[in-house]
Amino acid sequence: MSEPLVEIRDLSFGYGSRPILKGINLTAGRGQVIAIMGSSGCGKTTLLRLIGGALRPTQGSIRVDGLSVPDLKQRALFDLRKRMGMLFQFGALFTDMTVFDNVAFQLREHTDLPEAIIRDLVLMKLHAVGLRGAADLLPSELSGGMARRVALARAIALDPMLIMYDEPFAGLDPISLGVTGNMIRRLTDALGMTSLVVTHDVQESLKIVDYVYFVSNGVIEAEGTPAEIRASGLPFVHQFVHGEEEGPVPFHYPAVDLGVDLGVDLGVARGEKHA
Amino acid sequence: MPKRVISPIRMLGHRVIESLWRMGVAARFFALILMRSGACVRRPHLVIREVFSTGVLSLIIIIVSGMFVGMVLGLQGYDTLQTYGSEEALGVLVALSLVRELGPVVAALLFASRAGSAITAEIGLMRATEQIEAMQMMAVDPIARVVAPRFWGGLISMPLLAAMFSAMGIFGGYLVGVVLIGVDDGSFWSQMQAAVDFGDDILQGVIKSVVFGVAVTTIALFEGFDAPPTAEGVSRATTRTVVTSSLAILALDFILTAVMFRGL
Repeated sequence: MSEPLVEIRDLSFGYGSRPILKGINLTAGRGQVIAIMGSSGCGKTTLLRLIGGALRPTQGSIRVDGLSVPDLKQRALFDLRKRMGMLFQFGALFTDMTVFDNVAFQLREHTDLPEAIIRDLVLMKLHAVGLRGAADLLPSELSGGMARRVALARAIALDPMLIMYDEPFAGLDPISLGVTGNMIRRLTDALGMTSLVVTHDVQESLKIVDYVYFVSNGVIEAEGTPAEIRASGLPFVHQFVHGEEEGPVPFHYPAVDLGVDLGVDLGVARGEKHA
Repeated sequence: MPKRVISPIRMLGHRVIESLWRMGVAARFFALILMRSGACVRRPHLVIREVFSTGVLSLIIIIVSGMFVGMVLGLQGYDTLQTYGSEEALGVLVALSLVRELGPVVAALLFASRAGSAITAEIGLMRATEQIEAMQMMAVDPIARVVAPRFWGGLISMPLLAAMFSAMGIFGGYLVGVVLIGVDDGSFWSQMQAAVDFGDDILQGVIKSVVFGVAVTTIALFEGFDAPPTAEGVSRATTRTVVTSSLAILALDFILTAVMFRGL
């Protein structure tokens, strides 16, 4: 097996004294679609930022294409980022530019290609996401799903080796959801890149990914292929896959007892005991 | 010492240290802008675009305000000068007031509220909507691509706007003084021509407006870049830009006037 494209070992990270990730191990092979799942606020997006070098880990190593990301100087980091794409949750399109200029942005910044070739490349990328006809629109004229697809076209503009998706399915209607999922798989296979998908949409992700990592409380709780995940008997995975309220992931944020907050004896209120 | 005495002192100390720290960060930010301005030289269209949005789009407010200020100067000046029988010196009064003082200062104050606030809001919102972070992830330096062109755009626009303000003010003074009140046309222009010196008056006015341009654009860019990425954060940053810029303009004006005109 060739060297994995992304290799994370014993990674820990925290904001101040608050730990977010604790001893994460993760591997993404070339050409794979990897899902990183977990409940909101469990550190999934932070993990992507660490891989992209936007944050520095407090401990552990992150290697992308053999390079240790935290040790890279700015120029080397920028060179690596030219070979990485990132799709932000809400697209993060440049609002003062048209769809065309958004997709052309990196080509104009990082290459000396003539405008005629940039035009052809941009239209091809937009065609791949089905939005060639929207090239002259402004981001404010796009729906949420369309904006996400334009951002995807922008992320693949330089044919990256790795693309990271931050919640690509959030807030999409069922049609856009299916289209986006298939597009991630199709583009990964067609362009020979590796995809890291941070999501909490279990059903859509399990259809398209090769391997899944479940993050909870800053650690990898479970991992496996979609078939293994579906068959998993682990309470955490079962709760997550079936969307159950009861399970190891609590619905309530830690707090003092409700009775104490309200100043009443809840046992009496429920009629379980007499006053 | 009782707590109620120590507490305000501690608060004051905290505020002072925080302000000094922010000034240090802003100075570092300014140095970073200068260091990463190479792209503006290689790609001048980035700067020209900003000259349009900060300069050309501020023209209406500058022209209208300049006219009104000039007309008021014409009225007030005539009223005072006729007491001493020197109405012909109205042109000198209007021109010197505008070129030395009101042109650079009022144009800079208007620039801070029109263009400075827009710059802060735009950059703040770019941060809030992850556009700045997206740019960094695309291996593009936002200081070089977003901040530096706006800085140079503002810097170029400011003296031009101040000049436009003064020109429109002189025209306003002419309209009131000569056309409306009837001051002698020839005296109005010839006395102005004789009294206004290029090096002493016009050049020093230009220097003032360049300094104000640096101050306003740096404050606006820093506040936008430093704004918490929330609606409230951007709103506060925009207010801070207008308040801090206005105070900076007035304070710098005093210092520059003292140094240039009084030779202190």
